Amino acid sequence: MPSVVIYFDKVTKIYFDGAPPAVEDVTLSIEPGEFVSIVGHSGAGKTTLLKMLFAEVSPTEGAVFYGSREIHKLSDNELLQLRRAIGTVFQDFRLLPTKNIYENIAFALEVAGKSDEDIRADVPHVLDLVGLAEKIWSFPHELSGGEQQRVAIARAIVNQPDVLLADEPTGNLDPINAHDIVEILKRINDLGTTVLLTTHNKTVVDSIGRRVITMDQGRVVRDNPQGKYVL
Amino acid sequence: MTMWVNVKRVARYGLISFIRNGFTSLSAVLNMTITLFVVGMLILSGAALNSVLVLLTDQVDVTVYFTPAATMNQIAQVQQQLTALPQVATTTYISREQALASFEARHAGDQLTMQALQELGSNPLGAALEVRAKDTSQYEVIAKYIESLQSAGAAIDKVNYQQNQMAITRLSGIIDTSRKLGIGIALFLAISSLLITFNTIRLAIYTSRDEIGVMNLVGAGRWYVRGPFIVAGIIYGLISGLVVLVVLYPLTLSWASGSQTFFGTFNVFTYFTSHFLLFFSAIFGCGIALGALSSYLAVRRYLKM
Repeated sequence: MPSVVIYFDKVTKIYFDGAPPAVEDVTLSIEPGEFVSIVGHSGAGKTTLLKMLFAEVSPTEGAVFYGSREIHKLSDNELLQLRRAIGTVFQDFRLLPTKNIYENIAFALEVAGKSDEDIRADVPHVLDLVGLAEKIWSFPHELSGGEQQRVAIARAIVNQPDVLLADEPTGNLDPINAHDIVEILKRINDLGTTVLLTTHNKTVVDSIGRRVITMDQGRVVRDNPQGKYVL
Repeated sequence: MTMWVNVKRVARYGLISFIRNGFTSLSAVLNMTITLFVVGMLILSGAALNSVLVLLTDQVDVTVYFTPAATMNQIAQVQQQLTALPQVATTTYISREQALASFEARHAGDQLTMQALQELGSNPLGAALEVRAKDTSQYEVIAKYIESLQSAGAAIDKVNYQQNQMAITRLSGIIDTSRKLGIGIALFLAISSLLITFNTIRLAIYTSRDEIGVMNLVGAGRWYVRGPFIVAGIIYGLISGLVVLVVLYPLTLSWASGSQTFFGTFNVFTYFTSHFLLFFSAIFGCGIALGALSSYLAVRRYLKM
């Protein structure tokens, strides 16, 4: 793996003509194994930054690199490979509502081309890791918010991605569940996965005690290697 | 990983989503059943209309009357020339004796005519040729040809085209209009039910648009996302097709005698059973194609990289 896993090179994003930039002239590099929290008010550009990493949004100016590859110049096939190599977790969980927990996680393995035997072995294992082994045949609507988020994390890490992007993963959760989710993310990071977390939650950021990037009106205004939540 | 594993997974998810989205599936199946029923009815009514038109067309002909003095040779020559025309379907020879017999049969109750005939002593009627065209609109061409033979000196007494002309022209018009009208109505019904089905499936997939977005984000390829929806669409078609075929059997059976009375020779039940393969392939073919195509187009809208 290269020494820099993610690199934003003077990235600006303007959603439509006349709108203020959602992200403005951001240059950032993230190294393998880092746990980076991105904090800021709503509309500061945190989510846009993450969306550019899995190519849901393209930059208006500048370039975003994953390793040595420029994300927005990848072919459709390469983009699919990239998405399989990056795990994503969202505030609203985004589970597949008509599939049970086993199928939700198996789906990520299937699209990555894993065999049925591997899937049968990996799904219970990853659910065990997030403490939901007993809910394997439940449907998303039968789970609490915290449980759904743990399933989403299980799905995001089951392919052992190099990078995990977590966009406000604790936003819909009570403090206890939020704490549990952060503990899981830290454990994943300890196993070598680079984690990018956007959040509003001061307690969460302070409990992590790692690099904190603060954004305001689309710009990076602070970047502390062992920061606290300061706006 | 083999392609076969992918196909198996896509088919399984299609079936699972069909079952789990029970209510949506039910409404799509009901809707498509109506569409496929329309397809079945169009085939049946098309065949019924056609049989009526054939029956009517068979009633029309042009008769060439020869002079009583015409020789067999002269008549054979005219018959040969007419048969050679591309517009002519058949020619039937009616001898002088046959003409007399049918004249007598027609006027059996008419004392005055029969008496006059007896007083004549000999057969006053000439032989005749009944000419049938391949298409009712071609009688005029045939009649003109016969007239040209007449003026060229053939032993032709008269052609009854002039008397029949009005009826033939009118019938040609009716046949032509009913064919066009039939095609028009069929197209209208087919297109409107197609649009309704397409819309139902699109609505069913609209409810899954977020799911499609998530699949994209997890890195699922286009066909892996699209596949299960297409499989579900095909299942809608198969079930609806089966329902329509099962319903058509007792329905045509109950219309069997009524249809024969109404259309003359056309029996809907006989037609349905003797053309079962046509119904089977048209209904299932339309169902599968409609389900698969609607799903394909509807998912495409939400599939973005």
